[in-house]
Amino acid sequence: MNLIRTIFLILAGALTLTAEPMVLVADSRRYAAWEAWWADLYNGSHFWFALATIVTLPLLSLLMGKITDFFLARIGIDLKSRVLAEH
Amino acid sequence: MDWLHIFMPIAGVPIFWPGLVILGLGVGMIGGFFGMGGGWMVTPGLNILGFPMAFAIGTDIAQMSGPSLISTLRHSKFGNVDYKLGLTMVAGTVTGFECGAQIIMWLERIGKVDVYVRSGYLVLLALIAWLVFADLAKRQKKEREAAASGRTIDALATGIEWHKTLHKIRIPPVVYFRKAGIRCSAWLPISVSFVTGLLAGFMGIGGGLIRMPALIYLIGCPTHIAVGTDLFEVAISGLYGAASYSYKGRTELLAAVIMLLGASVGAQIGAVATKYVKGYGIRVFFGISVLGCALSIVLKLIAAAYPSVRTVFESAATILILGLVGALSLYIFLKFLHGVREELAMKHKDLSHIAA
Repeated sequence: MNLIRTIFLILAGALTLTAEPMVLVADSRRYAAWEAWWADLYNGSHFWFALATIVTLPLLSLLMGKITDFFLARIGIDLKSRVLAEH
Repeated sequence: MDWLHIFMPIAGVPIFWPGLVILGLGVGMIGGFFGMGGGWMVTPGLNILGFPMAFAIGTDIAQMSGPSLISTLRHSKFGNVDYKLGLTMVAGTVTGFECGAQIIMWLERIGKVDVYVRSGYLVLLALIAWLVFADLAKRQKKEREAAASGRTIDALATGIEWHKTLHKIRIPPVVYFRKAGIRCSAWLPISVSFVTGLLAGFMGIGGGLIRMPALIYLIGCPTHIAVGTDLFEVAISGLYGAASYSYKGRTELLAAVIMLLGASVGAQIGAVATKYVKGYGIRVFFGISVLGCALSIVLKLIAAAYPSVRTVFESAATILILGLVGALSLYIFLKFLHGVREELAMKHKDLSHIAA
């Protein structure tokens, strides 16, 4: 009877495990400084992690866009108009 | 060579970072030139570099918003972005995308998702490739006929002209999109964006690959405006995707930022290169990239159907995609160099004329 009970509990446990969404955890113990902070943010709240991602990406893109703009302007080509007008 | 590898804090895997920069550079160039996010190219690239698939997809969607934002700003300066048209399409794109995602979830429940998605994707890509090349053939026929009768063809003439029929449907409100030079019912871009969003959500891609030809053939945008406006849409949907995948814990911001180092340069080169290439040149190379993408899906379908040769066909699909990224990037870079050289030579010529 005990054996049946154990098997039932293992099966129930396995079913529960498959029904729940997978939880991913970043191992912040192996990092230092900002990496540890970032991994902790990920583990702590996916909301703040998502917010930080969608704020950081466009801001960095704008910054890098400006930097590459600066170097591209040094080449001496016209970066404000396009002559070709056709389909 | 430890310094060439960087440990990803979330995915927990060491990644060869120059590979990320090169991948970013290539995708930035192709995205800026064709007006797409390049999801179909980045995911296998990230997977090869060592990312688990779940993180490869999320990081790919997240990085899309960066280079497309840079390219949008550059295209905007060239007058290639119709913001009014882009904003009109946003609502349709997002609603359609969510409906497509719901269909996927339903298919997942009945266990047919892979077959339906891959087959649907293949049919769609075949249709887009046919559209591009049929349009080109028709336009060339028009040119030949015009030349035979001693006329010159209008620069804005196209081969396939479905948009002209669609513009005749005048359900109010009728809107004028100045940059694109289109007057049509607002319902046309809204319904086109809903359908393209639905297909993108269903296929699990960003949607640039579908929206760019839809803007040309159904809405009637000139190629350059279609590229710029589509990039604006990709930037918005990329941010939406970044938020969604980050909330699910599937993005690696560090990788996206490293890719951005290459992508910011690539996006500028790709966007500036459109200055030197005629609209039909862009369309033909877009058609070639669509064919390459379709071929890679055929290889993946064969791999799924025959487990004994799975590794060979999956590797062949990845090599094909990365080879295509390399070849297209090289083509765009050479066009950029050639165009810059010609423009500078012209400038010097003009200056020497003034001095004389």
